[in-house]
Amino acid sequence: MTDTLIVIQAASGELGKSDLSAVGFGLELASAAGGQLDLLLLGPGAEAQAGPAAALGARQVFTMGGAELETYTAEVFAGATAFFLEGRSYRCVGAATNSASREYFPRLAAVLDAPMASDVLEVESVDPDRAVFTRAVFVGNLLATVELEAPRVLVTCRASEFEPPPSSEAAPIEAVDAPGGLAHPGKAFVGIEAATSDRPDLKEADIIVSVGRGTRGPEEGIPLCERLADVLDAALGATRAVVDAGWMANEFQIGQTGKIVAPEVYIAIGLSGSIQHLAGMRNSRTIVAINKDPEAPIFEVADFGLVADLFDAVPELTAALEKRSG
Amino acid sequence: MKLLVTLKRTPQRDARIRIAEGGDSLDLDNIQFEVNPFDELAVEEALRIRETLGEAEVVVVTVGGEESQQQLVSAMAMGADRAVRIDGGGTLDSLQIARALAAVAAREEPDLVLSGKLAVDDECGQVPAMLAGLLGWPQANQASSIELSADGASVTVVCEVDAGLETLRLDLPALVTADLRLNEPRYASLPGIMKAKKKPVEVLAIEELCDPGATRSRVTGFRALQEKPPGAILGSVDELAEVLVEKKLI
Repeated sequence: MTDTLIVIQAASGELGKSDLSAVGFGLELASAAGGQLDLLLLGPGAEAQAGPAAALGARQVFTMGGAELETYTAEVFAGATAFFLEGRSYRCVGAATNSASREYFPRLAAVLDAPMASDVLEVESVDPDRAVFTRAVFVGNLLATVELEAPRVLVTCRASEFEPPPSSEAAPIEAVDAPGGLAHPGKAFVGIEAATSDRPDLKEADIIVSVGRGTRGPEEGIPLCERLADVLDAALGATRAVVDAGWMANEFQIGQTGKIVAPEVYIAIGLSGSIQHLAGMRNSRTIVAINKDPEAPIFEVADFGLVADLFDAVPELTAALEKRSG
Repeated sequence: MKLLVTLKRTPQRDARIRIAEGGDSLDLDNIQFEVNPFDELAVEEALRIRETLGEAEVVVVTVGGEESQQQLVSAMAMGADRAVRIDGGGTLDSLQIARALAAVAAREEPDLVLSGKLAVDDECGQVPAMLAGLLGWPQANQASSIELSADGASVTVVCEVDAGLETLRLDLPALVTADLRLNEPRYASLPGIMKAKKKPVEVLAIEELCDPGATRSRVTGFRALQEKPPGAILGSVDELAEVLVEKKLI
């Protein structure tokens, strides 16, 4: 019982940045426990993603697809992972924190009767009967040390805190048949409404331009920020106030509710920096803030601040950067 | 119809939490407590469902000591009909709490369990999904809308997921967790507060309900975030553009 399993939700498309980071996290867990790492890819993209996943330093890659796994539901994913784990011994079972693992991992923990640590930032140690992690509490204002005492533990990680592993020799790939009857008879997936955008995804982007209430909405300041984002090939993010006002969709929200990001550069425009928002972006490599209020809390975490009216500063900055990039 | 809402007593949302000397606990001496804000959304949603139906019972439940009584009363002041407090004694982990709540659900046989998506203190967000797993019920997480079907046999739930808005249909009994945009909780009215004092609170020892098992997850220490050195306030847009380019940030 020293090995680690990382479960990856393999929708269609390629492995995401947070999947790669989850593998990096898995290698840390395996090394802390003195064992090896296996990967389990679940979903319609499992087969296509298995090749690239096999070159990340794992001992073995397992895939599970089929009709019931075509669409993600918590019940099916918890059931599929529990089925896979039958007769297999892992010290740690992990995944990246996302809206799926936030629900199916605790469900799985209950089914397996295993303790769980959510959204950890660091792996402190993994001994045979004790695993110790660091995680953020109180809206990211404090760090807590969490100890799990059990021979098998579940743990999700904040992907932005872990590095994708270097590529390595290809590991063997094995397809596992999904058992029937995973779907809960009382649950139906009706549909998903997702905004389509040509800009990079928030979780993948190196640069994020994030807009606050100070932009005064889609008729006024937001198009200026979008223009800046396009020049920088940046993703667009938003505060809760912007989403609550209906100016941008929920999937753009950064913060305690919404996404937690840590890009190379985070450009905060017209947002004051509530503690809930800071919790979602404070670990960005470089933070730039543009706000006309010099007292705005965002300046306390900013590496570079500009006290200015965004309606002047953002178009000027866009023009200046356009000129420099030639 | 019966609605069961789980809630947790948490420090007030704007409270400044300090680490106690020694670093292994928090200094909560002068901190005010309230119903976890996400659980408050769940209470509000249950009350709205009751209002839509005209008739339903809203039961609130918490796992905690004597001090949690106040938060049950707050929920009843908003309009919940009665409360159950499970006295756990000592530190319980998420799975133990979920087991106790599952035992209450088995006794109460609610049609719908509503919870906050997470508690703002430990931010684990584990208990609701563990509870759904123990009960074997369908679950929906991070709901921004819940609609009961005309025949009262199912709910259609819109969930805020990473990719956008996902719509699910759950046959009852089911468990749904509340996200920020689900509703705006009401304030308790003065008559509501008066009435709440007379509403029943059943107190049960956890051992009366279930074998909670051992505590296997513990917080053993706290530390503050590393202070970040203050950043530079720049004088002009040109300066900012220069810094971004020079430092190869873009």
